[in-house]
Amino acid sequence: MNIAVCIKRVPDSETRVKIASNGKSLDEAGVKFVLNPYDEFAVEEALQRKEKAGAGEVAVFCLGPAAAQETIRTALAMGADRGVLLQTDAVPVDGFVTAQALAAELKSGGWDLILFGKMAIDDYNQQVGPMVAELLGLPCVTAVAHLDIDGQKGVAEREIEGGIEVVEFPVPAVITADKGLNEPRYPALKGIMAAKKKPLELKPVQLGAGAIEVVALTPPPERKEGKIVGEGPGAVAELVRLLREEAKVL
Amino acid sequence: MSAILAVCEQRDGTLRKVSHEVVTGAHRLGGTVEAILCAAGSVAGADQLGKFGADKVVTLTNAGFAKYNPEGAAQAIAERVKAGGYTAVVFTASATGKDLAPRVAAKLGVGLVADCTDIAAEGGTIVATRPVYAGKALLKIKVATKPAVLSLRPNVFTPVERPKPGTAETVAVNVAAARVVVREIKAAEAGALDVAEAQIVISGGRGLKEPANFKVLEELARAFGGQAAVGASRAVVDAGWRAHADQVGQTGKTVSPTLYIAVGISGAIQHLAGMRTSKVIVAINKDKDAPIFKVADYGVVGDLFEVVPRLTEEIKKLHG
Repeated sequence: MNIAVCIKRVPDSETRVKIASNGKSLDEAGVKFVLNPYDEFAVEEALQRKEKAGAGEVAVFCLGPAAAQETIRTALAMGADRGVLLQTDAVPVDGFVTAQALAAELKSGGWDLILFGKMAIDDYNQQVGPMVAELLGLPCVTAVAHLDIDGQKGVAEREIEGGIEVVEFPVPAVITADKGLNEPRYPALKGIMAAKKKPLELKPVQLGAGAIEVVALTPPPERKEGKIVGEGPGAVAELVRLLREEAKVL
Repeated sequence: MSAILAVCEQRDGTLRKVSHEVVTGAHRLGGTVEAILCAAGSVAGADQLGKFGADKVVTLTNAGFAKYNPEGAAQAIAERVKAGGYTAVVFTASATGKDLAPRVAAKLGVGLVADCTDIAAEGGTIVATRPVYAGKALLKIKVATKPAVLSLRPNVFTPVERPKPGTAETVAVNVAAARVVVREIKAAEAGALDVAEAQIVISGGRGLKEPANFKVLEELARAFGGQAAVGASRAVVDAGWRAHADQVGQTGKTVSPTLYIAVGISGAIQHLAGMRTSKVIVAINKDKDAPIFKVADYGVVGDLFEVVPRLTEEIKKLHG
């Protein structure tokens, strides 16, 4: 089974966001970057599927700056076979531009599955996976929390409001992974050492400008200072009064 | 005059309420608003969309649209957009909208501006604001795509009634045979609300001590008479106490309810990111120095096992 996994380098979820002096982007000084947490589920799923099939290849693809090689190495340390960095100075704001670059790279790969995380925890764009599927003409199921594949037929479960959608699809397909799909493995020392010797290809890409332009990145409005209503169950009556009369939410 | 397409949602032949928000949001862009639905037949509640300002309600019907049909819906909507010359297409960032909007955008050859909390037309240009880094920052962007494709965060665009004598029409559409087919929907526990859509969210963290204790939060949720959902912090989801679907935070859901009650949650930065846009935040925690109190409008310091049951009693009195 040949599986492509598309991954992204993102700031760690504990990052305190500081705005850069241009007023339009994140100040990256001191920020720790990691493999996007949802992409870990995608990498893990690919590894388990390959292990189960007993043959095949797991290749990871990442669009990003030179520093994203480190992100690819993380996936290689988990067990992926090789990596490709579509190297660019900055990841576009316009998700369609990213999707076009990835689709062009993946087009002739003959992949059984193309996996993504359901979204990146930095830009929350949540669109590149299904867009790549559209561009490649492949069936796609997004935000998958459970996946069964038997031969050329797949069944996926995805969460919707108030229930679980059970979706059937043919393979090859594009799947985006939600939390719960599996438990991603931690790279073992052996894997980390092995990852250093695995192939990692750098391919500079020229991206279109897209038609989505950043005007400003700003901190969210400060919440006004709250108050401690009191201590213990005795404070509950006053809390309810405030919620009714001051906040007017009850 | 520009025309905006508001993509509404139905389930089992009934309009989903989030559609009112889509029509309301679409209005902020000016121009006429055409509400569109994909369904197998007529949709109960679709006639209400005029009340929220839809100039026209169009139901695209196909026998394959009884359940959500991602490929067929994307094709039908994209074809309508191409034929109709709309300046913008507005979706909701619901579970379905998050799946459908990127497919439509890709068919139109443009990027999607997802999960917006504000949209406006400024001098002929569409400008959108959307939270990034799970709400730790807001990104304001100029959208010059033709058309602009936007999705709106649920619970943010409060429906505004502006009645119009809207017209309604039904158009039968043909679409390619579906490869991706929704076979069934396994319903969650009866009456269970999704944390991303509930008006009231009561979340629990490690302070609950063990999974069974979440029943004190479930009782409080029930006291709100079907308006409240129970959420959870990452710590307790990772520990396997609660379902992933209930997680609030940067690697879970970002929620904007009218009332958010954080119980036994210290307030890690990634959790705060997921709930800070709630209208009113209440924190109940035994540690008076917990970071959650910094973002809470109202805090109660104390043992949650004493405070929450008392709150449940008080709420029952109000709803009784």
